[in-house]
Amino acid sequence: MTNNKTGQPPEAVIEVRGLCNRFGQHSVHENLDMDVRRGEILGVVGGSGSGKSVLLRSIVGLLRPSAGRVTMLHKELQTLTPAERAQLERRIGVLFQQGALFSSLTVLENIALPLIEHARLSRRDATHVAAVKLALTGLPASAGNLHPADLSGGMIKRAALARALALDPDILFLDEPTAGLDPIGAAAFDQLLLTLRDAFNLTVFMVTHDLDTLYTTCDRIAVLSQKKVLVADTLEVVAATQDDWIQEYFHGPRGRAAAVADALVRGTTPT
Amino acid sequence: MTHLPAQQDLVLQADASLHLQGDWTLPRYKLLSRASLEDAGVVRSLDASRLTGLDTAGAALLVKLLGAESLQRLAPTAIGLSEERRALLLAVASAMLARGAEPKARRWRLGDALADVGATVLSGWHNLLQFLGFLGLTLLVLASLLPKPWRWRYTALVAQMQQAGLNAVPIVALLNFLVGAVVAFLGATVLAEFGATIYTVDLVGYAFMREMGVLLAAIMLAGRTASAYTAQIGSMKVNEEIDALRVQGLDPIELLVIPRVLALLIMLPILSFVAILAGMLGGAMVAVLSLDISPARFLGIVQEIPLKHLYLGMSKAPLFAVMIALIGCLEGFKVKGSAESVGEHTTSAVVQSIFVVILLDALAALFFMQMDW
Repeated sequence: MTNNKTGQPPEAVIEVRGLCNRFGQHSVHENLDMDVRRGEILGVVGGSGSGKSVLLRSIVGLLRPSAGRVTMLHKELQTLTPAERAQLERRIGVLFQQGALFSSLTVLENIALPLIEHARLSRRDATHVAAVKLALTGLPASAGNLHPADLSGGMIKRAALARALALDPDILFLDEPTAGLDPIGAAAFDQLLLTLRDAFNLTVFMVTHDLDTLYTTCDRIAVLSQKKVLVADTLEVVAATQDDWIQEYFHGPRGRAAAVADALVRGTTPT
Repeated sequence: MTHLPAQQDLVLQADASLHLQGDWTLPRYKLLSRASLEDAGVVRSLDASRLTGLDTAGAALLVKLLGAESLQRLAPTAIGLSEERRALLLAVASAMLARGAEPKARRWRLGDALADVGATVLSGWHNLLQFLGFLGLTLLVLASLLPKPWRWRYTALVAQMQQAGLNAVPIVALLNFLVGAVVAFLGATVLAEFGATIYTVDLVGYAFMREMGVLLAAIMLAGRTASAYTAQIGSMKVNEEIDALRVQGLDPIELLVIPRVLALLIMLPILSFVAILAGMLGGAMVAVLSLDISPARFLGIVQEIPLKHLYLGMSKAPLFAVMIALIGCLEGFKVKGSAESVGEHTTSAVVQSIFVVILLDALAALFFMQMDW
């Protein structure tokens, strides 16, 4: 963990200020403020329809906010020229909820595409690097030549993660990464995320519902509720926040089970 | 960033320890990949004290140079390697070991082209059988629905009739109007040499009533509606919506295919009639404006054309309608799992239905001629 060494939180790589997102009459975010700090894994939780995915989409620039400012790596995405924007987008990786692998390409070609297009590697070099990324996410070599339609849900997730990691991004956005993985696969995913974060000082913005993932990997947790970030802090602080939804979330049957499991692993008493 | 030649970033010392230096990262991958080791087996230890950067691309290169096994052996004892980078190297090495063997690529053989021809012929035959099976299935469901009027789906039928029929009226009418004018010009040019310009009217009348009206309307629908049917049903297949219907005990044929087939069966004859009128109107415009044939004269000549030609032309419309709708729906059901597959089958639906329409029209023309109709 990098943020405890100096006693002072590291700089924010993503700053969201006064973000509003409205769809017609329906408002999803009102005056939302949020920081993501360098090197942290931030878990974003919230009820269904609380606008977690919308927040992710407006940070990566897929959605133009109705009002407010999003700064990523000290640059405001919406004001950049297309070339600067492409430059910035090279430094982020996004894992979409359904994987969003290109269905006309094989898995290896999917991962090699950004390497060929952006890093200008030859096809052979790109394929080799892609094979390593694929192996890192735990897929067998034989999966590389399959098309996305031939993969199971869990394999699609892993392949999509490998593609998001293709350019060794500074910031990784994950939309429900462990949904649809079996518990063993999900635990391996958590471990992989920690290894990668430690190796590259990767910043991770993760929308998740997986309480085990929250307990194992996240440095801070942001709770989206009532159209803004209700609280963003360490797990202990968030779990102690007096709010009906948060109490239900962390102290309901599943929340308690995850806390006990985490305490067993760490050898402490559950919070 | 250093601009050293790659070989200096990778130095094998006399004591069999491999020294890494500089950035081993993706931007320098191309440069670094030129470095090579003569014999990776002799490396006894790694020295990374002058390594300034490492990412998965760099780690991938090390795997390529040393092999995953020796990297896994060397990384734990490497000198000057930070814990994070060591963890990365170990993660990459063990992942590469765990991934299993690379599948062998199939080599091209001499008989492959011949095998391809065989496979194409076989798949054509299978397609035909599949189409006949689908036709039978649809007829069976239709027959089973006939005595149960409470299960007829009027809303779906009317919606499809609007989409496939009513919305196509402007384009079908315009297309036929233009072709009608072109045929009239063509007739005028050829017939003027024989002083028989007046027969231009007959040419347009016969052509559109017997052949052109229904043919153009059917080709238009093959392009417009067959593709829409395939894309609609295909996307439902991709989303597992068809499976969702099945497990709820609903018959996709009854819900999706029957309304579409019936809608075309009703609308194509009407569209054909519109097409015939528009074509003759196009011809009439040319006749009136540039051939000095008065509208009354034009109508008089058209009235002399026996009505059976109109009936013969229109009799083909229901047949075309069923073929177009069935091909469109069947191709939709053949879609497998991806957006690309939807595209492939949509193309195939349009090509097949236009081909079938023209083929059937040619056969019908032969048949009518033999029957002296």
